[in-house]
Amino acid sequence: MTEAAANVQPIASTETAVPKPDTPGRLEISREHGLRLLHEMLRIRRFEEKCAELYSAGKIRGFLHLYIGEEAVAVGAMQALGREDAVVATYREHGHALARGVAVDRLMAEMYGKHQGCSRGRGGSMHVFDAQARFYGGNAIVGGGLPIAVGLALADKMQQRPRVTACFFGDGAVAEGEFHESLNLASLWKLPVLFLCENNLYAMGTRLERAQSQTDLAAKARSYLMPAEPVDGMDVLAVEAATKRAADAVRRGEGPAFLEFRTYRFRAHSMFDAELYRDKSEVEIWKQRDPITTFTSQLKERGMATDGILYALNMSVADEIDVAVQFAEAGTWEPVDDLLKDVYTPAEGRPSGSYGAA
Amino acid sequence: MGTTTYREAVRTALTEALVKDPRVFLMGEDVGKYGGSYAVSKGLLAEFGPERIRDTPLSESTFVGAGIGAALGGMRPIVEVMTVNFSLLALDQIVNNAATIRHMSGGQFSIPLVIRMATGAGRQLAAQHAHSLEGWYAHIPGIRIVAPATLEDARGMLWTALEDPDPVLIFEHQTLYNMEGPLADEAGAVDIDHAAIRRPGKDLSLITYGGTLGKTLQAAETLASEGIDAEVIDLRTLRPLDMATILDSVKKTHRAVIVDEGWKSGSLSAEIVARLVEHAFYELDAPLARVCSAEVPIPYPKHLEDAALPQPPAIVAAAREVVGRRG
Ligand SMILES: Cc1ncc(C[n+]2csc(CCOP(=O)(O)OP(=O)(O)O)c2C)c(N)n1
Ligand SMILES: [Mg+2]
Repeated sequence: MTEAAANVQPIASTETAVPKPDTPGRLEISREHGLRLLHEMLRIRRFEEKCAELYSAGKIRGFLHLYIGEEAVAVGAMQALGREDAVVATYREHGHALARGVAVDRLMAEMYGKHQGCSRGRGGSMHVFDAQARFYGGNAIVGGGLPIAVGLALADKMQQRPRVTACFFGDGAVAEGEFHESLNLASLWKLPVLFLCENNLYAMGTRLERAQSQTDLAAKARSYLMPAEPVDGMDVLAVEAATKRAADAVRRGEGPAFLEFRTYRFRAHSMFDAELYRDKSEVEIWKQRDPITTFTSQLKERGMATDGILYALNMSVADEIDVAVQFAEAGTWEPVDDLLKDVYTPAEGRPSGSYGAA
Repeated sequence: MGTTTYREAVRTALTEALVKDPRVFLMGEDVGKYGGSYAVSKGLLAEFGPERIRDTPLSESTFVGAGIGAALGGMRPIVEVMTVNFSLLALDQIVNNAATIRHMSGGQFSIPLVIRMATGAGRQLAAQHAHSLEGWYAHIPGIRIVAPATLEDARGMLWTALEDPDPVLIFEHQTLYNMEGPLADEAGAVDIDHAAIRRPGKDLSLITYGGTLGKTLQAAETLASEGIDAEVIDLRTLRPLDMATILDSVKKTHRAVIVDEGWKSGSLSAEIVARLVEHAFYELDAPLARVCSAEVPIPYPKHLEDAALPQPPAIVAAAREVVGRRG
């Protein structure tokens, strides 16, 4: 076999797959904060499970990408952001939207394509937008969000606003030119971007080793002269601590930072994926590090959670999701007469006079 | 004669090419281990190995450009881009290199490259996964654009494209992959120069291609039940356009409706209208008409996506109007 052929051989071993929890600085957390993190992760898990169910029922259509297994990343990272900060995400963004505070009922209505959805139904699962939450999508072109995040940060810097733009993307995006161009520009201009890579080891069916000559993704970011570190993405506290450190530096004007969260998606890439490219056993190994079950046991060990509290938490999340589904079901379809709406800004939304004659 | 699907027909064509010509290889995102994003290349990795079925990193510009380079270097690459939407990341390589190198080099270098990609809407994939941009590519001199709409063409266009010394882009409408029907066991290479008359008729010409051929044939049946005999032309090749077939048809029917999933503005349908006006103005008994996508990014909800796309009732209505306005 030629050398080139050897390079594209599948990596069968799963031993290298499990990341070592190598992040220092465990947070001392309050009981209240711990339960809040758990609550946030549970909301995402149950929301996604409900979406899978609704997809089978034909209520949700098109492409649906679930975040199950990766909840600690969105929840942990969002702890470092304030209301004034911005978020840019991918097509696997329901978790980020929820953790960011996008209303669960409007998010569910968007899954249905109802007019009451957060993108008025036009975008669906892959295109969640919410101006109030400064949530700038929901981008389904791999790598497409990174330059937009750079621009948002540029606007902040030019207007002297001490804000951070958090940009989530997958390991697959790291291969795109836009990743490199964005990191370079952000570093060159010292822009306040937090580049948050969710390395779940696969881009659809292509495992990291089969797509990257250098699999140490932080090393790539460091070559653009920004601080970069790998983080255990299955540990919500590690994610929170690392993102807070990075965000503080970015907010101080030190330029962009990069974090690589080592995580794993428990479900298929999308609802069309036959998962020919990975062994069930690999998935099972990672499930042992399920961020929700491990964090739940930690809270119990620390005496911060009891079975009663956990039961109540689960019930309230289930209720919340039920109410969201009811909201989506009761929502209405946008009239077909409005098909051409929102292609351009209507006249009343345009600034008058500033660009010469109307 | 067995039955097959469009997907299987493309796969058979790929297999044939890989067997016949050792210079042929397939490269693109998830064509190997994943089995192809539309399952077209499923099984090919096992059959032909990783040297010839190459999974690429997510890097459209580079792997399309590498296809150009490999073609220059004597290989016969088939590059798969998952969808036309992602091909925009490779637009530079396609337009600035694939289409120009033959010309810029004064004819020294040809680029025998085939690029396949899915196109079109109809599966509620929203505005970044549902556009029909093949008409844009048809704007570009130096590349050939084909759109197989039948099982025969899905099976037969690839080999002919590979034999072409210049770049050929093949657009496979994503709603066609599951289309099933009979295909002759001996089916093979087909020409990629001519449009085809899919239904002969005398009252008007319905001109279409790709994903809207089925809808147009359906509309023609409805029209037939009303006593209107429509001729349906499948363009097959969008560049260069087979104007001879189109003109022959319009000289017979004196009326035409163009059906295209692209938008109207600055489009392939506009080009056909312009050429009919230039070359058949005095043959026309009625204004030309077009049924195209609404001028809006394709929305997610089904009722709005359906409303945005050309549908049989709109084709029927346009045809009635054109026929009703007898000069
Ligand atoms: C430019 C572009 N190329 C290809 C695709 C098809 N595609 C969608 S998701 C995906 C995998 C991306 O993987 P990764 O960035 O690791 O994110 P993950 O899905 O693992 O969260 C691919 C290839 C796309 N959406 N955009
Ligand atoms: Mg990934």
